[in-house]
Amino acid sequence: MANKTILFNKHLESNAKMVDFHGWDMPLNYGSQIEEHNAVRQDAGMFDVSHMTVVDVIGNDACAFLRKLLANDVAKLKVPGKALYGGMLDENAGVIDDLITYYLTDTNYRVVVNSATREKDLAWIAKQSQGFDVTVTERPELAMIAVQGPNAKAKAAAVFSSDQNAAIEGMKPFFGKQAGSLFIATTGYTGEAGYEIIVPEDEAQAMWQALLDQGVKPCGLGARDTLRLEAGMNLYGLDMDETINPLAANMGWTIAWEPSDRDFIGRKALEALRDAGTDKLVGLVMEEKGVLRHDMPVFFTDAAGVEHQGVITSGTFSPTLGYSIAMARVPNSIGDTAEVEMRKKRVAVRVVAPNFVRNGKQAF
Amino acid sequence: MSNIPTELKYASSHEWIRKEEDGSYTVGITEHAQELLGDMVFVELPEVGDTVTAGEDCAVAESVKAASDIYAPISGEVIAVNEALEDSPELVNSDAYGEGWFFRVMPSDESEVDALLDAEGYQAVIDEE
Repeated sequence: MANKTILFNKHLESNAKMVDFHGWDMPLNYGSQIEEHNAVRQDAGMFDVSHMTVVDVIGNDACAFLRKLLANDVAKLKVPGKALYGGMLDENAGVIDDLITYYLTDTNYRVVVNSATREKDLAWIAKQSQGFDVTVTERPELAMIAVQGPNAKAKAAAVFSSDQNAAIEGMKPFFGKQAGSLFIATTGYTGEAGYEIIVPEDEAQAMWQALLDQGVKPCGLGARDTLRLEAGMNLYGLDMDETINPLAANMGWTIAWEPSDRDFIGRKALEALRDAGTDKLVGLVMEEKGVLRHDMPVFFTDAAGVEHQGVITSGTFSPTLGYSIAMARVPNSIGDTAEVEMRKKRVAVRVVAPNFVRNGKQAF
Repeated sequence: MSNIPTELKYASSHEWIRKEEDGSYTVGITEHAQELLGDMVFVELPEVGDTVTAGEDCAVAESVKAASDIYAPISGEVIAVNEALEDSPELVNSDAYGEGWFFRVMPSDESEVDALLDAEGYQAVIDEE
C-alpha cells in the first residue's frame, strides 16, 4: 500500500490524477500541468510536500555534528531562522541527499530532506551522530504545504493569523520561523517568492482549503518538475545521486572549503576530485520543435577537434519560455554549443548556465 | 471513463477517423490518448500532398511527458492539416474530437476503413491496457 499524505482526500476533491512517487500516492496534476505551472509564474500555486521528511537535530553538539555531516558549513548561520542549502556526502564525496538546514539556536537545527531518500538518510544521520551529544528526531506528524508565486505571500497572509503575520513581517528570503503552530519559511523549489509552511497534520486540511478559498491553485508533481527545472534547481535521483560529486552537479557553491580544518564527511575525496577536475552540469536550450529529455546523449567537439559526450540529466518543455530546456552532465571543456541526439537525429542546442527562469523572467 | 463517440472509427493505436462530405476522412487522437500523454506542447504534422500508408507513422504528438508517433489509420493523400495546432497544440487536450484534429486523408482504399474498430471495439482495447 502506498503512503498517503494527510491531504490525499483534498487532492481527490480537486480531481487530481494521482501517481506513485517513491512509495507515496501523490498528485501528478489536477487537469493541466501547464496551467498549474503558469499559475505559479503569474499568480499563486500550492504543492503538497508533506511527503518530505522533517528532522530536528537538537543537543549540545548539534552545530559540531552538522559541521561534520554536511559539505556546507552551518557555522555560517548567525541569525536565528537562517537557512542553508547543501549536500550530505558519503566518504567518496557522492551526494547522499541535498537538503535545507534551518538554524534556530546553537543547539537546535531543523533539517528537511527528500522523501525518496528518507530511509537511507535517517540511517546515515543516525550512524554519523554516534559520539555526538545530539538527538535526531523525525517529525512525521508534520505536513508541509509550499505556496509559491508572485501573489503567494499576499494570499498566504490572508490565511495566517495576525500574530503569525506579525512574526514573519519582513522576513528575508531563505529564512524560517516558528509562528504559533506553523513553521513558515521563505524557501521554495520554483524560482518564485513564497513560503514553505510546515503545519501539524491536524491543521493541514483546513489550511489547504483556506488557501484554495484564496484562489491559490493546487499544483502537482508535473508542474513542480517544470518549475524547478526552469529555476535551475536539481532533482535528487536525476541530476545527482551517490555516484555524482557535488562539483559535477552545479553544487560547488554549496561546499564550504573554509575553514580548511573543518573535516566534513567526503572532504578528502572531494579535494582530490576538485584538483583532478570533474564533469560539470550545464543548461541546454533548444528553440526548435521537440523536447529534450532525461538520458538523451549530448555531443560537442573541443578546440582540438576531439568529440566528447555527455548526457541530459533532466529535460522538459519550458512553459514559460515556450521551448525546451535541459540540464546535462558534460566534460568541462564544453563551449557555447552542443548537439543532442533525439529521435535518431542530432539537433543543435545552446549551452548556458543552468538557470533559465527567475521571478517569471528569462534568466540566461 | 473516456469519451468514445459512436459515430467515429478507431485504430488500436488510439487514432480516430471521421468521414467528411467530400469523401475524405479527418484523423485525430482519442480522448484516452490525450489523457495518457498529458499537456501537448508540439505537434508535427505531415504536409498536404503527402501520401500516407495505413499503420505507418506520419505525425508526432509531443507532450510534457513523451514524444509519441501518430500512425495513419488509413492510406491515401493528405488533403489538409490542422495548422491551428502549430500555435495551439493544447487544442488536442481540450477538444480531441473537434478542434484538435490532426489532418485529413482522401482514402486510396476504402476497405481499410471497414477494418478499423467501432467505439465498442476501441473500448475493449482500452480495457485491456
